[in-house]
Amino acid sequence: MSLLELKGVSKSFGAVQALYKVDFSATEGEVMALVGDNGAGKSTLIKGIAGIYPFDEGEIFFDGKKVTINNARDSAALDIEIVYQDLALADNLDVVANMFLGREQLQGRWQLDETSMEHAAVQTLDSLSVNTLRSVRQPVASLSGGQRQAIAVAKAVMWNSKLVILDEPTAALGVAQTRQVLDLVKTLASKGLAVVLISHNLHDIFEVADRITVLRLGQKVDEFATSEVTQQDVVHSITAGSMEQVPGMVDA
Amino acid sequence: MSIDKDIQTISGQESALLASQKSQSLGEYIGGYFKRVRSGDLGSIPIVVGLIIIAIIFQTQNENFITPRNFVNLIAQMAGITTIAIGVVFVLLLGEIDLSIGYVSAVAAVAMTLLLRVPGGDPSTWPWYAIFEDGWPWYLAIPAALALTAVIGLIHGLIITRFQVPSFVVSLAGLLVWNGIVLMMIGNGGTVILQDKFVIGIANATLPVNIGWVIAVVLVLLYAVSQFVQLNTRRKSGLSTTPMFIIILRILLLAIIAGVVMYVANLNRGLPNGNPLAGFPGVGLVLLALLVGFSFLATRTQFGRYVYAVGGNIEAARRAGISVERIRIYVFIISSVMAGMGGIILASRLRSVDTGAGGGNLLLNSIAAAVIGGTSLFGGSGRVSSALLGALVISSVENGMGLLNYSSGRKFVITGLVLLIAVIIDAISRRSRVQSGIA
Repeated sequence: MSLLELKGVSKSFGAVQALYKVDFSATEGEVMALVGDNGAGKSTLIKGIAGIYPFDEGEIFFDGKKVTINNARDSAALDIEIVYQDLALADNLDVVANMFLGREQLQGRWQLDETSMEHAAVQTLDSLSVNTLRSVRQPVASLSGGQRQAIAVAKAVMWNSKLVILDEPTAALGVAQTRQVLDLVKTLASKGLAVVLISHNLHDIFEVADRITVLRLGQKVDEFATSEVTQQDVVHSITAGSMEQVPGMVDA
Repeated sequence: MSIDKDIQTISGQESALLASQKSQSLGEYIGGYFKRVRSGDLGSIPIVVGLIIIAIIFQTQNENFITPRNFVNLIAQMAGITTIAIGVVFVLLLGEIDLSIGYVSAVAAVAMTLLLRVPGGDPSTWPWYAIFEDGWPWYLAIPAALALTAVIGLIHGLIITRFQVPSFVVSLAGLLVWNGIVLMMIGNGGTVILQDKFVIGIANATLPVNIGWVIAVVLVLLYAVSQFVQLNTRRKSGLSTTPMFIIILRILLLAIIAGVVMYVANLNRGLPNGNPLAGFPGVGLVLLALLVGFSFLATRTQFGRYVYAVGGNIEAARRAGISVERIRIYVFIISSVMAGMGGIILASRLRSVDTGAGGGNLLLNSIAAAVIGGTSLFGGSGRVSSALLGALVISSVENGMGLLNYSSGRKFVITGLVLLIAVIIDAISRRSRVQSGIA
């Protein structure tokens, strides 16, 4: 049974129909890749789940129950964590501060509980085998791209998210760092989280993803199990997948 | 919130992260320190070196520079700027600016002085705020003046956040408006005299010698206790700790500084044939309380963390669920209230408020103090202690130049050059930090 299920969601911005009656699902313990050309609607779909641009129509089911996501808080309340492409890390703060940003642990009403936050951060990073960091107290600005990505993902694990969405996590990374991130993605799924991975890199996708959803021009054109298709099939679907509906079309 | 606690490392060998959590040896700590310094993370070193250079230069020119009398004088001279600069640090941390602080400080000073005034004469001639026959008591007048500045800060903050107008422009408008309001409040007299004994005492009173020593000892003890408590909690959680040697060294350093300061302040600095005068200035204690309090706010509270976050990456802060608007409004309130406190201290020192209040170099000196002390103009980087250090540099340079009877023109040039040098040193160290990947 799927953890997250979107049925017939649509979103338009004025005259532009960014998404049209899209079905999408993500299952616990599984990595679902979301692919499509530029402008296909991947970001819009993600932002709808994140509550940044709520959908115009359609239904959302989380853990079998119908839910509404109207803002970022609703999304966070469902234990959904998004790792944005720009990572949303504050460079001037250290690793611990970034992992706890917005959700600090307090001693009393005002004071930060630095010790327990640091402890939790160290534990989490170790459980994910992030072992190239020298210290959790170094400013994030001094970390490499892969390490920054790892911190952003570790946040999701630490907060016991059920669904983690990664937006182009390896886009700006080198070979070794990409390896690190892909291993992390596999670890997340093995821990029972549902993972949604947006990527242009079919090689990465075929390495970690269990299923693939293809969007084209705002509509879902295909959904595959990775083991049943080839990269060529996916490319074909991205560029020329057939669309069954056109906005405004009336069923005959 | 529950946190995943099982630890498994894939390769079986200890990760660098866990290893780093063991206590550092002294050698490692010192090695780490020099490595940071070499890669540009200079901390307070430039300022301390600068102060030593300033002291040497001025002392050779005029032997009265390093004397107990001048030393205490210096503390009183820098009190106003230091206080205002604390507010400036918070604003700069956000990457914003507040140009109205000079005249907002004057608003607080005038408001407080007017409230304290004994109305006298026929009650029907009393102004609307004169509700006490002997004038307002200081414990109501000061909070009222500060509440007024808080409202001013709130207005600034609301305009900046609701209408998305840059803080530069809004505070510039504030500069003009509050200047006008101050002049209107002072009225035709041109000067308002301060007569309340307590308020005058704020900037002019000295602590009895014994009490001064007691306070110094208590402060050092409190610091020592806090260091050991922190050491203990970290050790119990299995986190890395600073070597004991360094902790003892820090406590000793503080003890030495406190001891020397208190000793010098308690020497008789009265005129040779006049009344003896000794004791630590009360205003110094006020400054200390403000510095410690606001440092705590900035580094150990959630609010302070959010200020740094918004200044460092406003988008990240927003996505983390932080109410960016609210943080900005609070910071502008802090800026105006600290300006108000500085204004009250300055009025106390002058024992009056005149039409020049809030003008002159006050705005520039306050901002320069924060910047010279190490707070970045671009946001996200800086410490409350920089207000003290920068104000010390500016005030000691002004003090020294005053002893040498320099002309106004010369003073301006030198102060400007000091600011320039400080900023260049900071820029060079930042470049080197970027290159070594620290920032």
